[in-house]
Amino acid sequence: MSQPAALCPSCGAPIVFQWSSSVQTTCPHCKSILVRTDVNLEKVGVVSDLPPDSSPIQVGTSGVYENRAFTVAGRIIYDYDEGSWNEWHITLNQGGSAWLSDAQAQYAVTLAFPAAPLPALATVHLGDRFTWNKTAFEATVITEARYRGVEGELPFQYWDKQGATFIDLRSTGGDFATLDYSDTEPVLYLGKFVDFDALRLKNLRAFEGWS
Amino acid sequence: MSAGTPPQVQSLTCPNCGAPLTVRSMGRAVAIVCGHCHSILDAKDPQLKILQRFEDAIDEVPLIPLGSRGKWRGSDYEAIGFQVRSMESDGLTYSWREYLLFSPYKGFRYLTEYDGHWNDCSVATALPEAEGASARYLGKKYRHFQTCLAKTTFVLGEFPWQVAVNDDAIAVTDYIAPPYVLSSETAGNETTWTLGEYVNGADIWKAFGLPGLAPTPIGVYENQPSAVKTSAGRIWFAFAGLATALVVIFTLNQLFSQQEQVFREAYSFSPSSTEASFVTPEFELKARTSSVEVQTDADVSNQWIYLDYALIDEDTGQAYDFGREVSYYSGVDSDGTWTEGGHQDQVVLPSIPPGRYYLRIEPESDARLGSIGYTVTVTRDVPVLGVYLLAFAALLLPALLISWRTYSFEQMRWAQSDHPVVTLGGGE
Repeated sequence: MSQPAALCPSCGAPIVFQWSSSVQTTCPHCKSILVRTDVNLEKVGVVSDLPPDSSPIQVGTSGVYENRAFTVAGRIIYDYDEGSWNEWHITLNQGGSAWLSDAQAQYAVTLAFPAAPLPALATVHLGDRFTWNKTAFEATVITEARYRGVEGELPFQYWDKQGATFIDLRSTGGDFATLDYSDTEPVLYLGKFVDFDALRLKNLRAFEGWS
Repeated sequence: MSAGTPPQVQSLTCPNCGAPLTVRSMGRAVAIVCGHCHSILDAKDPQLKILQRFEDAIDEVPLIPLGSRGKWRGSDYEAIGFQVRSMESDGLTYSWREYLLFSPYKGFRYLTEYDGHWNDCSVATALPEAEGASARYLGKKYRHFQTCLAKTTFVLGEFPWQVAVNDDAIAVTDYIAPPYVLSSETAGNETTWTLGEYVNGADIWKAFGLPGLAPTPIGVYENQPSAVKTSAGRIWFAFAGLATALVVIFTLNQLFSQQEQVFREAYSFSPSSTEASFVTPEFELKARTSSVEVQTDADVSNQWIYLDYALIDEDTGQAYDFGREVSYYSGVDSDGTWTEGGHQDQVVLPSIPPGRYYLRIEPESDARLGSIGYTVTVTRDVPVLGVYLLAFAALLLPALLISWRTYSFEQMRWAQSDHPVVTLGGGE
């Protein structure tokens, strides 16, 4: 499923897209952030050094979510008052992509869900309830996040953003939802909290002294 | 945050006292506490800004030393943080200890200890629903146990959240469904729920290879599983079923017993008589082996008669011996008239084979009193109530015992709660 290689416009290293719909990637060699245009790759910036990592997941990690195999293609790292978290961009082997978030090693998988109209940021308060996809959600956390870094392939351009606000919502059955206010139009992601073991992850990072 | 976040697996030094610091949670720490001077440091700041400093911190020693590793719930975990928290109730301070465990794969969970009772806790991902005095989490009902204001009084190690000593009190509410406890902590407008499960200290000692023995638990803890293994509800359910069966069998027995009178004769006994014993005419016990009732009606008044009976099988000579007494007394005293005893006595011999029988009777009485008239009646196949009463008692006893033990245990559990009055049957 890998696409034919293109060359990094900055250093000439071969760039391979794991996922055909990826819009953005980073050059593994020179850390340039590359955006795919109709004809070629365009360098739009350079990734600053990523913070020391704590996630056991890495680009190339594969796993299973609800009987659908996936591979990790990229990630966005966010900072907030209480630390940082990773949104791993996962490509589903059957097509499409989703997000596997690792927030203090609490894992959740979400997929963009078309719902309209979504509430404006200013109108949502903790405890507010919404029903999407026949599931009742309650807003539990509002997070002011700062964009910290990117790695690998992403389904959209995400190199010039500064901050974003996220509203996390939960259900009584372990469902998880995020309202993403990083763009002009809010985007809803729906999914579930997942148990680390249930993801059956392979090709994880090795931690010295840990098995 | 710049690129200078404390790197993992590297020793840093405390900006307050210069003592070396060990970071164990690989960049997930938000706060680090110096093991030497107990200053709380900002783990996200490359300079490890001092958030809180103590002049003379009381030293609490964690039972699970920081850095201890063990296989817990199927994964390797390392003890990385320790905090002591306390609450006040009726002017007394109660303290408990929390040990933060970390796995680079599974993340964080913690063990809590109070009076030797341990709980294994992790963050609840689904949203619990409060339902009046109870809460529902993933389909299970939890009963409200207590709400208190908790403060952190001591910290050591590192934490993935902000910690502070003697901070603003946090409202902690516990709901229980032993062996589970569902706790909510509310700070500001954010509520965090955790689910704890009661675990044995010995299992922790074994998993983490701790020296010595786990402290012996004192008293009964809020979500400690009942020492009574059998549920009182279930045993009463079984009791109801068996007792009903008993009543049905008894009723059928009553309906189908023939209650056939086979012998009846009136006699008179004179204590002065020299004849000690006599035999009755023969009578036949037909059909099958069945119960036999011997009834004695005696015309006694302020006297007694004792009859030494033997029911004898004429063919085999097999004798069934039994003694019966009939006595009746009455009189008048300061409380009015009184009576004691009666004029009738019945005895049932449970299973007598069919055949020809006779009774040998040897009456006895007070020689100073006059003669006594009495009638002996023999009836075969009568319902035997006694056996059923005995069976009923045998069923009732364990049910009562288990209920009492359950009640005592729950009494001890709930005595520590906001609701020290126990209602049985709320569990399960």
